[in-house]
Amino acid sequence: MGSNAAEHHPVCFKWVLKAKEERGAKIIHVDPKFSRTSARSDFHVPLRSGTDIAFMGGMIKYILENNKYFRDYVVDYTNASFIVGNKFKFNDGLFSGFNHNLKTYDKSQWAFELDANGVPKKDKTLSNPRSVFQLLKKHYSRYTIDKVSSITGVSAANLKKTYETYAATGKANKSGTVMYALGWTQHTVGVQNIRSAAIVQLLLGNIGVAGGGINALRGEPNVQGSTDHCILYHILPGYLPLPRANLATLEEYNKANTPVSKDPQSSNWWQHKPKYMISLLKAWFGDTANKENGFGYEWLPKGDVPRGIEQGDYSAMWIFDRMYKGKIKGGSIWATNPAQSIPNSNKVRKALTNLDWLYSAEIHRNETTDFWHGPGIDPKKVKTEVFLFPSCHRAEKEGSISNSGRWVLWHHKAADPMGDSKSMGQIMVDIVNELKDLYEDKGGTFKEPIVNLNWPDNFDAEDIARKINGYHVSGENKGKLANSFTALADDGSTSSLNWLYCGSYTEEGNKMKKRDLSQTKLQAKVGLFPNFSWCWPVNRRVLYNRASVDKNGQPWDPERTVIKWDGVKWIGDIPDGGWPPLSTGKGKSPFIMQKEGYGQLYGPGREEGPFSEHYEPVETPVTKHPFSRQLSNPCAKIIDSDMDKRAVPADPKYPIVLTTYSLTEHWCGGGETRNVPSLLEAEPQLYVEMSKELAALKGIKNGDPVIVESARGRVEAVAMVTVRMTPFNIQGKTVHEIGMPFAFGWTKKGCGDATNRLCVSAGDPNTTIPEYKACCVNIRKADKVTELAYEDVNAGGHHE
Amino acid sequence: MKVTRREFLKVAGAGAGALALGGLGVNYLVTESYAKKLKTKRAKEVISICPFCSVSCHFICHVKGGKVVSTEGDPGYPVSEGALCAKGATMNTMINSNHRVTKPMYRAPFSEKWEEKSWDWMIERLAQKIKETRDKNFKEKNSEGQVVNRVEEIFHLGSSQMSNEECAVVHQAMRAMGVVHMDHQARI
Repeated sequence: MGSNAAEHHPVCFKWVLKAKEERGAKIIHVDPKFSRTSARSDFHVPLRSGTDIAFMGGMIKYILENNKYFRDYVVDYTNASFIVGNKFKFNDGLFSGFNHNLKTYDKSQWAFELDANGVPKKDKTLSNPRSVFQLLKKHYSRYTIDKVSSITGVSAANLKKTYETYAATGKANKSGTVMYALGWTQHTVGVQNIRSAAIVQLLLGNIGVAGGGINALRGEPNVQGSTDHCILYHILPGYLPLPRANLATLEEYNKANTPVSKDPQSSNWWQHKPKYMISLLKAWFGDTANKENGFGYEWLPKGDVPRGIEQGDYSAMWIFDRMYKGKIKGGSIWATNPAQSIPNSNKVRKALTNLDWLYSAEIHRNETTDFWHGPGIDPKKVKTEVFLFPSCHRAEKEGSISNSGRWVLWHHKAADPMGDSKSMGQIMVDIVNELKDLYEDKGGTFKEPIVNLNWPDNFDAEDIARKINGYHVSGENKGKLANSFTALADDGSTSSLNWLYCGSYTEEGNKMKKRDLSQTKLQAKVGLFPNFSWCWPVNRRVLYNRASVDKNGQPWDPERTVIKWDGVKWIGDIPDGGWPPLSTGKGKSPFIMQKEGYGQLYGPGREEGPFSEHYEPVETPVTKHPFSRQLSNPCAKIIDSDMDKRAVPADPKYPIVLTTYSLTEHWCGGGETRNVPSLLEAEPQLYVEMSKELAALKGIKNGDPVIVESARGRVEAVAMVTVRMTPFNIQGKTVHEIGMPFAFGWTKKGCGDATNRLCVSAGDPNTTIPEYKACCVNIRKADKVTELAYEDVNAGGHHE
Repeated sequence: MKVTRREFLKVAGAGAGALALGGLGVNYLVTESYAKKLKTKRAKEVISICPFCSVSCHFICHVKGGKVVSTEGDPGYPVSEGALCAKGATMNTMINSNHRVTKPMYRAPFSEKWEEKSWDWMIERLAQKIKETRDKNFKEKNSEGQVVNRVEEIFHLGSSQMSNEECAVVHQAMRAMGVVHMDHQARI
């Protein structure tokens, strides 16, 4: 769901085909558009963009009411048996604790009921009406086939077929996997889309087992690694929370951010957080970080305490909103192209002209580096100083990247950087060294964090890789690389740039370079390659694998063993902690990163509720839906400015749903691939896919130039009239949906310009990921086009 | 059939050679003489990774005279087993593209063009700009009087194109400058 893997992750899709062809796996594709993924699946289920929770809610109801869930797993490994406190309520689309002014919840009202020891009360019979299990059943009982069908546009027959097929994986010897991509995350309910899958997978016992899981098909080259190293406002490397203004000292930070569990069966792994934080501070500030100065904690910037939808949120949409409003003066945009890739791109392009200075590191010039002479912008009026550093290609530098499965892979340097280009690492090292010199020579405001940086003279990937792994600063192993994060300490005796990667580069060497395909028979059966590269954490290939075995440590499915207790030790994968099985009385619950150790059917930490609930996209073609009177996500982060106009629900001016997608031949905004002639020849121009019915309604023929308009902008495209798009029957009315790629931009003349000019600046309340995948537009035949080299299209698609 | 990468290359080469010469049978001598003409002959092989999606298909660069002359999928990576998609297949063209930025470029305020500058000039001027903006706008306390030690006026975006090692130094640098406005493709 929410992925077109065959076209966007084609090389991994062959494993899906292999499962289908060799083992009879059933493949279901749920997506608005019929694509190559659909063509290779057992069946395709078109649904209207933004209605995935309704679809999944119906599946949860089906699983529960037809006893398709895996009872032992649900009772012992999930929080189904936990008793929820009596403040938790749900009424007409809102959970208890909602603050209408702030658009946030008081989440303390969703807390579990605790026993005298502070451990959540449980009812292992799952019959207590306040148990998670019974509340879950009640919550999703509303998601009937009729209601789900009426809002998603999926036929009742297709719903039943999907639910029956997928729920069959709730048996001990069956597994099912969910593959998703940006079609799920890029919604104002993105996190709850994935939460819905988590509920399904936990009910069916599909997490931690071979062939199970919820697989994010990550679309960017090292987006796993860049997330682990947290190029994100709200976290520090290794998913350590950003210090906030109410936590003035390291002690307060550790106290507020380190969970405490009173359950002896919970390993509560995050209890070790202070060790990772202090090792990070030692890595950042070296000898200048000591116990007396809180290891440099006070030198770190503190975010405001989150309040409402804006305060304390420093994410991309807010960055551009504040830039547009003149509050941001300068900054860096590295190997990313926001003038193409941020929603409401017209506003982004305007915002960039407010900067005093901007520096970029890029392989090619793109719509962002060259924003100052973009369409409709007069360079003579743009004050911005722009520094463009030539960045070298990956093949011209060495280092590691992490794939979607967390394997950390080393790439080697094949050739010298072209021309005067350098690696982004070297460029940043040089900039900071210059800055350090300036502060050391001339002084300046709050210079400590800069002059005290533990910073290299040159960028050497091997050297940084060792520092990421970490080493002993003092003690008997002084100078030695740490073997694993269990060696990291909270007293300043260890240094590590990222605890998760601890073990990747030890005294034995750089394990990311390993290319050994050897495996045991057990490992071969489930496709584990423990000796190829290295995988975080501690070379564990399948997360939460303790959930793949029963209480005696024996695999639910002996044919597909991830781990197994042989009476003395675990074999197979590296287990989630070396404790013996639960039946020994010395075991730990499998979900070790959760405070209580259980999979969260009920997730009281999410912003808009502990259960997922259907809400319409911020721009929706309907005025009501069958589940509540709460039309859209009550906590959605909606950005306002004079350029952030939105269609009203069921707006007659914008009646059509737009979704966007990538292409096999272009990568994301296309800034690189548009410069490769063969790829541009294969996919030369922006198009819009629409059904024959919509085309007939609008008098548009295949190949016509058209204009697609939203409340925020207009985009020219070539009409592609196709059976791949189908009109939806929504609450008895026809709703049309169209789809557009977003890879084309004005720097490659005639190919079209940013589709994201149409999209809405509204984000998920947990992540602020923008809602790219659903907004409302209209479409009409164009009299004249300026963005497309249209005659050239008629002549055969060739243009410069 | 289990084949080593070396054998795989031989087999692949034989297929290509035979086809190129229009022959259908396996004629070892013909294949050998064709192989001698391949531009990858005596090239050094270096393994890199496709810079696009997170499947992270490995590819082999054939390097001659310090220059990448050819690229192909790496059969030794168990996820891709040598396969590449349309993008990965063009890696040689991408690496050697004449569209690449190869010099530091500068655009002055209100200017209509890029100018080439030296690395030193660029780094020195940029560092001054960062310092100027940081020193002028540094915020010790927020409106509630809490210590925040940050600079809201400077932002950073990107990138998932960086290696882990590059990400590590960029993150460290940004926090040292006091940056909270930081984000990248994982969210957008």
